[in-house]
Parts: sequence; structure tokens; C-alpha cells
Amino acid sequence: MSKTLIRGAKVLGGEAQDVLITDGVIAAVGDELAGTEDAAVVEAAGRILLPGLVDLHTHLREPGREDSETVLTGTKAAAVGGFTAVHAMANTFPVADTAGVVEQVWRLGKESGYCDVQPVGAVTVGLEGKKLAELGAMHDSAAGVRVFSDDGKCVDDAVIMRRALEYVKAFDGVIAQHAQEPRLTEGAQMNEGIVSAELGLAGWPAVAEESIIARDVLLAAHVGSRVHICHLSTAGSVEIVRWAKSKGWNVTAEVTPHHLLLTDELVRSYNPVYKVNPPLRTEADVLALREALADGTIDCVATDHAPHPHEDKDCEWGAAAMGMVGLETALSVVQHTMVDTGLLDWAGVADRMSFRPAEIGRLKGHGRPVSPGEPANLTLLDPAYRGPVDPAGFASRSRNTPYEGRELPGRVSHTFLRGRATVVDGKLA
Amino acid sequence: MKRHLISAADLTRDDAVLILDTAEEMARVADRPIKKLPTLRGRTVVNLFFEDSTRTRISFEAAAKRLSADVINFSAKGSSVSKGESLKDTALTLEAMGADAVVIRHGDSGAPHRLATSDWIGGSVVNAGDGTHEHPTQALLDAFTMRRHLTDGAGQDLSGRHITIVGDILHSRVARSNVHLLTTLGAEVTLVAPPTLVPVGVERWPCEVSYDLDAVLTKSDAVMMLRVQRERMNAAFFPTEREYARRYGLDGDRMGRMPDHAIVMHPGPMNRGMEITAQVADSPRCTAVEQVANGVSIRMAVLYLLLGGNEPAVTTTAHPSPATTPDGGAARRPSSRTEETK
Ligand SMILES: [Zn+2]
Repeated sequence: MSKTLIRGAKVLGGEAQDVLITDGVIAAVGDELAGTEDAAVVEAAGRILLPGLVDLHTHLREPGREDSETVLTGTKAAAVGGFTAVHAMANTFPVADTAGVVEQVWRLGKESGYCDVQPVGAVTVGLEGKKLAELGAMHDSAAGVRVFSDDGKCVDDAVIMRRALEYVKAFDGVIAQHAQEPRLTEGAQMNEGIVSAELGLAGWPAVAEESIIARDVLLAAHVGSRVHICHLSTAGSVEIVRWAKSKGWNVTAEVTPHHLLLTDELVRSYNPVYKVNPPLRTEADVLALREALADGTIDCVATDHAPHPHEDKDCEWGAAAMGMVGLETALSVVQHTMVDTGLLDWAGVADRMSFRPAEIGRLKGHGRPVSPGEPANLTLLDPAYRGPVDPAGFASRSRNTPYEGRELPGRVSHTFLRGRATVVDGKLA
Repeated sequence: MKRHLISAADLTRDDAVLILDTAEEMARVADRPIKKLPTLRGRTVVNLFFEDSTRTRISFEAAAKRLSADVINFSAKGSSVSKGESLKDTALTLEAMGADAVVIRHGDSGAPHRLATSDWIGGSVVNAGDGTHEHPTQALLDAFTMRRHLTDGAGQDLSGRHITIVGDILHSRVARSNVHLLTTLGAEVTLVAPPTLVPVGVERWPCEVSYDLDAVLTKSDAVMMLRVQRERMNAAFFPTEREYARRYGLDGDRMGRMPDHAIVMHPGPMNRGMEITAQVADSPRCTAVEQVANGVSIRMAVLYLLLGGNEPAVTTTAHPSPATTPDGGAARRPSSRTEETK
């Protein structure tokens, strides 16, 4: 029998308590627990104990782009960041649009052992937006897919989107939309506004995101299905989602850590590390996103962890790939932007980074309360830690972080996946 | 001045006036039997052109050669060097060759900035036009041309002059650089274009925007017509060439409504019949050809100031300098009045 005692952690930021893990399950929570004599002890005074984090939006790149990330390196990065489950996006090579590919990714996740991997299935064959992929087969496969997304591309055909939304109702699936009207964003390089006008970079207007979200919440309402909006990035998108929720429609939304912190002013450096899709927006957008995450209009934080090899960022802006790695810095950015600002308490962080994403993904065994009988998927955070981000120390195969050298608060000291420590004292176990 | 010239916004008023004054000295050298100065002997200037632009390349090449620099032309268009990562490899090659200055033309906005701020290269970087971002030496030669026509010349800026820039502002690096530079020099700039060709975000630029060319012509000291690519109408920026020319083109009638002293400018190459009629293009009020000549003087001044340090450019030469004669410069300077009587 394996036993671990986490001693004196603030559970969800509340009172300091002891948590006993026995055989992968939370056995007891409280003071002066019995039966702890033979347990390995983790001294956790001053630390925050959270349910293991769940990411709805991770690019693990395998199969096809193993030069930037593999399921193994990506799940290591996830564990270091405090995640116990990630949703692997479908834009791999080949595309995860068949039961075969999603099962392959699912199996690689099982083998990694660092973090559960829930594959996301493509909505359309080859992400081409023309023909529905075999959504049912992917759901019925060993991978048990419930989240479908053409992420990287928008399902822009209104009929295809409507059908997809309707079709997945049969198995309680959800369509996660990368909202980007393609014609309005041809050649787009950055947020369209004051900075793009000066820099002479082709603009990615907010309306290209907002118009698709407006259409899709209306479609979801019309067919009585649920839609999830990926990486919401504008104040206008927040307003639309808020309105849709006020109608009682089944709409959920995520925001990335980088959209909670960074603005398009950074693009003035022309440093492609700031090139991401959707693009970094304005200060007003950042503040609206934070507020929306705090009031629940935005349901959750999702990393959109997008690894790219060095050469795809070590070039001029126009030639560079879009995307940032995010797994290993997500919780720090959320602490910095949401907790240290007083917008969200730790229970709120548990909700936005674990309970809600697991609920949206219908993920079993994750996003559970820290209570006896629950699977011991847990994250222990040292919120007092301060230090500069050092990409050289990343577990991810890629280094394309926008935070290099930036001082961010908080560090995951331990991650437990069904009771087994995947991270100990900030290092992979 | 900074070590690089990436954006016209990098220049203070005094920097800009110094460049214009230095260019006046350089222009006098062009009148000598021997047009060369020894100033940059032993220095290497690389023209790194990822886009075709014979005009700009030749201008920089002539400028560098007149300063006795060694010139290497590196044309990357159409070769293996077309994808992004190779900008770095190319830069490292040039660095190994000992380039003291790299003059770069690139289709991507920000490529010169990237080159200057990376650790790929040690020499000075001169932006010879990047994407739809900037073209600072074009703005300098434009300002130089305006100063010759609209002011008393050396030492002056463009305070109080009204400059109108007409055309595809959205895609124009010339417009962006000119807005920065001309306002730094004290001019009041008005941009004129159909609303589709004005960037979102222009409201923060230090200039006026008008959709009505006729309304601003009468108060313009210079009207700069930008080249408008005919293909833009395929992307619905405007309906037809005819309509564009009618609403935003400069023809003889419109030119006639400009003040008598006002000049017509064009960075070239001109689309005759589109943004400008042949009558205007060939009129003595149009400075397009003069702008080309001024481009060499400006580029000499820029290369000299970036690479030559603080030594006087002209007076250290062994050649007798006509610049030292009392009115050597003034005689060369065409005034707007003589232009008009031609
Ligand atoms: Zn996406």
C-alpha cells in the first residue's frame, strides 16, 4: 500500500490541512489524521493545494511534428505546470480525424505516465471545413472523444458548423470553435489597430473573431447544442458570450494565459515570440478578459500550448510560426494576473483551471473536489516563489515562451497523478 | 544619430536637419568633375535586396560608390533565399564578409528591425523599404526636395508647410515614413485616400485624414501622389481604375487649383492615367525626376553619417570644394519660381 501525507497545505487556499493519499485515492482530509505513520510526508506549509489542472487546449504535435514536441515531452511539461490532464488538439500530421489517430495519441498518453491525455477529434476531414469527420467513430473509440475542434482553422461554413453542433448531441459532445473569419484575416499578422497601423503589419481585426462567435452562439441556441469558444481574445467577444449566457444558451469559453497578460504593444519589437493566433490584443481587451474570467463569463483558462522549433521563431516576423508554449507558465501567469490582483481567489483558480475544463470536456476522474474518495489528482503550488522564467529549464521540447527572463510568481512544487508524484520539488519525478 | 536607420521615427528634428544639410553638401560634390569622395574607402556596404527594386538599389549603389566604399550587391529574390529562416543565414554570411553596413529591402514589415536587433550582424542596418512599414530614405529625399522648393534651404525645417499625401496609405511604406519625418520637421500632413486604403488605427497618427482631394488641394504646398497598384481593385479597395482616377487622381484641372508655388511629387514608378495624368507627370511642377537625383545625395549623407563618424564629409577631401564658395550651394538650388517659368 502506498501512502503520501501532504502536511499543512491550504486546500484551495483555505485553512491549512493534512491530506492523506492512499493507493491513488484521497483517503482523508483534516487535522491530526490517523494512519499516517508509514506515509511519505510532503511538508506543505504555506503552499496551496489545488485539484490537478486540466487543459482543454494543448498542441502535443505528435504525430508529425516531433521536432517541436512529443506526447512524452508535452506531458512532462504539463506535469511541471501542475496539469494532470490535457486535451491534445487534432491538428497533427496526419490530422486526428479518424478513430485510428485519436487512439494512437490516447495510447501514447497512457504510455507517458506523466499526465492523462484526452485526444480532441477534428470536426472535418483534414481540417478542411468541407466534410464531417467520423465524429461518432472517434467518440466510440478507446479514446472516447467528446471535444471536437478544427483548431488552427475555423469551421467557417455555417452549414457544416450547424450539422456538427447537431450531430454531437447524440453523445454529449462539444464543438470547440477557433473563431476566425477567414476572409477577414487573409495574411493577418497581428491585431488590427493602432499598433498594426504603425508597424505596417496586416491586421487581424477583432470583428473576425466576434462575428464567428455571434453566429455560433446563435447556431448552438437554434439546434440546442453546446458550443465552446477557444481562446477568446477580445472585449467584444466577452460581450457576445455574456449575452448568450444571459439567454441560458449552452455556451462556454476559454482564455489563454497570454491573452490575460500580454498586449500588441509587444509586437513593436517585431520579435516573433509574440506572434500568436489569435493575436495579442489591447490593454482594454486584456482587462475585459480578466474581468470576464473573474465573473465566470469565461469559464476556464486553456493554455493553447503551441510548441515550435527554434528556427520557426528565429526569423523575421512574417515568416515566423504562430504560437507560444504555455503549459509550464500557465499557473504563474494566472496567479500574477488574477490572484495577485485580487480578481480571483484560489478556489476560483481551482474552478477555472480544473473543475470547469473537466466539466466542459466531460472528463472523468479529473476536476474533482479535494475530498476523501476522490482520485488523488493534485497540484501543490508555492505561491511565494519568485523567479525569472528560464526556458532552458523547460521540460517541453520547445522554448518559444514570451516570458523569458520575466519574473513571475508561484511555482508548482508537486503534481500527483492518481497519487503518484510526477513532479517533486519542482522537478520531474 | 543612432547606429541604424530603420524608421523615420528614430530621427529627431536635429538628426533630420543634419542629414538634409549633409545631403546638400553631397549634392555639390555631384557637380564636380570628380564626383568621388574618399570618405568610406575600405568600408563595405552590402545591398541586400529580397525584393526587386532596381531604382532603389542603384541609388544606394551610386551613393556608396561616390563615397569610395566597396559595394556588394546581394539579390536574394528568386534564389534559395526566399523563406524566412534564411534572412538569418544570409546575415551571418554578410557578417563573415565584414559588412560595415547592410542596406536591406525586404517584403516583410520589420525585417530590417529584426536584423538590427538580432545578434546576427554587427554593422549598421539601413532600411531600404520593408513590406508596408517604412522607407525612411525615401522620406528623407522627399523632405530634401520639399526643403529646396519651399524654404531657404540649409539649416531649415519644414515648419508650417502643408503637405498632402494621396493614395494607397494602407499599403504604403513611403506614407508611413513621410508622416513621421515631415511632422518631426514641423510640417502639417494631410493624408487623402478612399477610406478602404486608410489603415484602422490612423487616428493616432500625427496628421489629418481626408477623403476629399479637392478640399485640401488649395491649401497644399506639396502634393505627393503615391503609386496605386491596379490589382487593389480586385480586393475591393475601390471599384474601378476609372473611378479611382476620377476621385483621387491628379489631373491638370486639379493641379491648376493648387497654389502657384506648390509642387507635385511622386516616389515613382508612376502609374500614368491612374494616380497621375501624363500632363501632370510631365509638367515642370512635378519633381519626380529631381527626387531620383536627390535620392543619391540623401543616401550618401545617410551612409556617411552612419559610417563616417564625425569627420566632415566634404572639407577633408583633397579636392577643392566648391561648397566653400559663398553661393555654391544656392546657385544649385532650383527655386520654385524658376521652375514655374520654365
Ligand atoms: Zn486556435
